[in-house]
Amino acid sequence: MATQQSRSAARLMMAPAVILLLGWMLVPLIMTLYFSFKKYLPLRGGDLGWVGFDNYVSFVTSSSFWPSIQTTLIIVGGVLVITLVLGVLLAILLDQPMWGQGIVRILVIAPFFVMPTVSALVWKNMFMDPINGILAHLWRFFGAQPVEWLSQASMPSLIIIISWQWLPFATLILLTAIQSLDSEQLEAAEMDGAPVLKRFWFITLPHLSRAITIVILIQTIFLLGIFAEIFVTTGGAFGTRTLSYLIFQRVLESQNIGLGSAGGVYAIILANIVAIFLMRIVGKNLDA
Amino acid sequence: MARATTPRRKSINTALAWAVGLLIFFPILWTILTSFKIEAQAINDPPLFLFFDWTLENYAVVQERSDYMRYLWNSIIIAGGSTLLGLIVAVPAAWSMAFVPSKRTKDILMWMLSTKMLPAVGVLYPIYLLFIKLGLLDSRIGLVIVLMLINLPIIVWMLYTYFREIPGEILEAARMDGATLKEEILYVLTPMAVPGIASTVLLNIILAWNEAFWTLNLTAAKAAPLTAFIASYSSPEGLFYAKLSAASTMAIAPILILGWFSQKQLVRGLTFGAVK
Repeated sequence: MATQQSRSAARLMMAPAVILLLGWMLVPLIMTLYFSFKKYLPLRGGDLGWVGFDNYVSFVTSSSFWPSIQTTLIIVGGVLVITLVLGVLLAILLDQPMWGQGIVRILVIAPFFVMPTVSALVWKNMFMDPINGILAHLWRFFGAQPVEWLSQASMPSLIIIISWQWLPFATLILLTAIQSLDSEQLEAAEMDGAPVLKRFWFITLPHLSRAITIVILIQTIFLLGIFAEIFVTTGGAFGTRTLSYLIFQRVLESQNIGLGSAGGVYAIILANIVAIFLMRIVGKNLDA
Repeated sequence: MARATTPRRKSINTALAWAVGLLIFFPILWTILTSFKIEAQAINDPPLFLFFDWTLENYAVVQERSDYMRYLWNSIIIAGGSTLLGLIVAVPAAWSMAFVPSKRTKDILMWMLSTKMLPAVGVLYPIYLLFIKLGLLDSRIGLVIVLMLINLPIIVWMLYTYFREIPGEILEAARMDGATLKEEILYVLTPMAVPGIASTVLLNIILAWNEAFWTLNLTAAKAAPLTAFIASYSSPEGLFYAKLSAASTMAIAPILILGWFSQKQLVRGLTFGAVK
């Protein structure tokens, strides 16, 4: 059992991490809250006084707010569906006996290690460019008119790029979960004559439910903050302005700090709603 | 394995898995291949796969024109520095939570995790303003601090899950034999924790290397790491595919290699120990 002495030593050892994170959380948060109640335009008059909830109201009533929410939901939802469906299929495939399993695994997870600015640029120029991109070559080969991906089909394009980056993450976690599945259970079901789809639906999928939930929650938190992919490809044009990107534009591009900060508070609330669910699951695991 | 797989089925699995794997890997492969082409062949129609005039010229040009080494050095210092600093702060914290847990340990861990959920854009201006006031804008030390703070919860969590697997009896035995706290950590705990610490370091270097919100918004010319260097190619200059590819290949190569070593730990680190 821990002694009194080791207890106080433990507290002392925890202190730096706790103090740093507390400062990192509280100082900017309080500043954001403070600015959100002010009319603050650093380049056009500076601090113009308190305005109550005006910023909160004008952020929500501005014509770009609802489209940005819609864009955010489509990107998060689209990427989640694609990465989960393909991720489950890939995990099952990779779990089968085959030659060169290790190498295939490496090929599949590699995109996760590519920095966001590189994957966005490579996709934008070398794949989705309407003249010299690979996809344009492919389209022309089949006699079709090449698509101007990032302007005509901006949202599908972004979803493809982001899904490519996140598919490895989903696959890797689902594969880890699948490998812990008791194969005897599957074999017993097979011997009892359960067809493949039924075995998947009643044994594999329930076994994966926890991993799927974790993938959904973690990806949602990261996807809500997607930035570099939009910054590099469309710069928020062609209907790709997410809530995060809208706030970024209000704060750094138009330097309307009050308005941007109110938007920031909304983003924090949104992220916290997702976070609560994630924390419950992680917390349960901690007790086990 | 209880069940024998027919060679036929194994062949089908293999073919299918390799096809999918190569398809997913193709953008990276294509980037690497293009980096060895001359510009005219990089945009050849139809695209040239392997039969082109291989050249290293693009790598030389990228280095010469944009001073690649400086960005690389910035990336190394920022990713390495923030990880090292994070480790110094996190090891004692994770140690005390794993071996001297109190009633509040779980709450503290959960709270640390919650700071990771704070959307960066929500605190962009305060950090930007603090950086200006403190003279940290476009400085490597500023980014080291910010990246250390955003990754600190992950470092603490990962270390905590690794430390918890070390049996407490060993530490008690050391204590009985009269080891001081310092000796206990240095000679008993550390050797056993090295694999866990190594994976933590690896994952955090990867995360810091690829971080592309703060590195883009808080740097200009001086402290910009590779993420920002690549973003500068989104201007019309990006239409030089071979050079863009050479720059991209150089930016991702170190992390691709590190990543391959850390694939197992990745799951654990990114799910905060919820999936092992």
